[in-house]
Amino acid sequence: MRKPKMNDEDYPTTGHEWDGIREYDKPMPRWWLWTFYLCILFSIGYMIYYPAIPLINGATKGVLGYSSRAEVQGEIDRVNAQNADIEKLLLATPMEQIAKDPDLSRFASAGGAAVFRTYCAQCHGAGAQGAKGYPNLQDDDWLWGGDLTTLETTIRHGIRHDADDDTRYSEMPKFGEILPQEEIKQIAEYVLAISNQDHDVALAMLGKPLFIDNCSACHGETGLGDREQGAPNLADALWLFGGDRDTVLHTITNSRFGVMPAWQGRITDAQIKQVAFYVHQLGGGE
Amino acid sequence: MTTQTEQPPRLFEGREPVFPQRVSGWYRRLKWWLMIFTLGIYYITPWIRWDRGANLPDQAVLVDLANARFFFFWIEIWPHELYFVAGLLIMAGLGLFLFTSALGRVWCGYACPQTVWTDLFILVERWVEGDRNERIRLLRAKWSFRKARLRITKWVIWLLIALATGGAWVFYFADAPTLLRELITGQAAMVAYGTIAILTATTFLFGGFLREQVCTYMCPWPRIQAAMMDEDSLTVAYRDWRGEPRGKLGKAEGDCIDCMACVNVCPQGIDIRDGQQVECITCALCIDACDTMMEKIGKPRGLIDYCALSDEPLERAGVTPKTIWQHILRLRNFIYFGLWSLIGVAMVVALFIRSDFSASIKPDRNPRFVTLSDGTLRNAYDLKISNQTGAAREFHLSIKTDDPLRLDLQGVDGMNITVPADETMHQRIYVFAKPEYETSRMDNAPIRFWVEDRASGERNHVDSFFAGDPK
Repeated sequence: MRKPKMNDEDYPTTGHEWDGIREYDKPMPRWWLWTFYLCILFSIGYMIYYPAIPLINGATKGVLGYSSRAEVQGEIDRVNAQNADIEKLLLATPMEQIAKDPDLSRFASAGGAAVFRTYCAQCHGAGAQGAKGYPNLQDDDWLWGGDLTTLETTIRHGIRHDADDDTRYSEMPKFGEILPQEEIKQIAEYVLAISNQDHDVALAMLGKPLFIDNCSACHGETGLGDREQGAPNLADALWLFGGDRDTVLHTITNSRFGVMPAWQGRITDAQIKQVAFYVHQLGGGE
Repeated sequence: MTTQTEQPPRLFEGREPVFPQRVSGWYRRLKWWLMIFTLGIYYITPWIRWDRGANLPDQAVLVDLANARFFFFWIEIWPHELYFVAGLLIMAGLGLFLFTSALGRVWCGYACPQTVWTDLFILVERWVEGDRNERIRLLRAKWSFRKARLRITKWVIWLLIALATGGAWVFYFADAPTLLRELITGQAAMVAYGTIAILTATTFLFGGFLREQVCTYMCPWPRIQAAMMDEDSLTVAYRDWRGEPRGKLGKAEGDCIDCMACVNVCPQGIDIRDGQQVECITCALCIDACDTMMEKIGKPRGLIDYCALSDEPLERAGVTPKTIWQHILRLRNFIYFGLWSLIGVAMVVALFIRSDFSASIKPDRNPRFVTLSDGTLRNAYDLKISNQTGAAREFHLSIKTDDPLRLDLQGVDGMNITVPADETMHQRIYVFAKPEYETSRMDNAPIRFWVEDRASGERNHVDSFFAGDPK
């Protein structure tokens, strides 16, 4: 049955030689060839069934109609369908009750994190740490309040978002147009005084009655602020735009206020609740 | 027949069919027992039960990919303990070095699945179609009802074995009785059916048709082994100084009577008398075949035998060569064995001293700290506690720092966290530093978190830092 075996010396070589080592030109095994043919067959089938040949305006479609875009969409639809029940539950649950259900709170905080990174991180930062003019959402200082319901309202209607009738609105006058420069300086010294910073005591004394006359309607007599009007607390260590003398002077003279868009209509109700829940559990929630 | 040298070489070469003949002897018996042993381990292991309590699976050996757990009798490995698996792989590697250096290709010859299943398939083939000569005749015969019947019977039995092989594999990855029920009722996961289908196909193909070609062409091991063997490694060899010149009984000087018994029994289709070859898996069946022949003609056994390369010139010169044990017990093998057992001992020690819960902590990097309205600095951490037991446990959390920092757990009253059985729990924790503390002005102040099991008092700690504001 066995054919006489060829001696290795009888085989021709490819002519390649490295340091005396030569390469045989031996035939390859036939099963290897079969594998090769099978691959060719497979590729023909693949070209028929899947997008394959690039043409000028796109590739051939393939009889299966496969597209990676549709596959992603299908996956998104599948996940959405899977989450439909818990999303319904989220919509039906009051904000304060979400944390009591571990599954629901996991869903809310994971979804909220995704929403935050998509829509909120541009201004508030990826870690919600804020920036000058954009509030830090991790701390315990809130302009309009940091409880769950208030957060939801703020996100839903935005701040100074003209197109939303329920938006949070307040405006600080430009005192540069109202008060003389001297009095503004005195008020600024008083603001530095109530926030425990270095200040000119004499000027601050003069500033106190001016502050009560002009500022206390919103910021309160002791400068603790008023969340009803979104008036910041001026007596704490946190400043939205900065608490040094020059910045305070600039703020009083020209006034400042930020704008946040209303998210109602731009993201879903469920997403609003999710992101409110997420922000609340970052550490500053009340 | 003209020799091939006179023609240009063909571009490809068909397989020369191999018809291993039945053989009996010491090595054949050893291989039967090893086959029963290895196949037994493979098929029975997933069905062994091991009680781990209500919350954990009761399968003795289970690779639970979905939950990222590996169970081996009393040992449970979590993903963060994958170094045990890495250690096992290193031991497997060193073990192969050791065995190759000492005993040559003993893995190939006795324990490799390709060898074991091919052996089983050849057994079926012989049982259905007869021994070597009948099989050769059958191959040459024209297609007839008998040939078709024999072929189909053989293939069906092969397929059943292949199916059982692929089928047993998936039981290592899920609860075996449940999965079997699901498989039969058609409710098992697609991946289970797919795995079984692929393994059935490869077993059928590799054991039935590719056989020695897997070893010769596909497997990298013969090449690696060639580099690891030396003149003291044991191989199966033909004592040509004794056998040559070969010839018919009584007509030649050598002991080899050229009966071709060694060639006929070889599952790799080679002639061991040509010397060491990459195709030889040292299955030792030629030793059995030759010994049987030598006994029949009244010559000493061992014309083909396990010996080392260095034996040959000594034996030829009539000097007593080293014994098998002298070949095995040499420095190189001791070094391999030392390394191998060092890792083994280290792993056993690690297994016994490891804690059944673990904690890790990840400080928030963005932002590193948050200033609160009273000037206090707050750092947030993600604490992860893994409870590697089958019962829920309560852990007490505390910190050790230079300044009396305050600790707070999000959504938890007090400092105790209950982690459910066999789960990892994430807990967001806060640490507060008042503005007057030195810590709040340090870039990185060391902080140690202690996690204490309330029931046993066992404590583990993780170190991290408190990020202050150096400004």
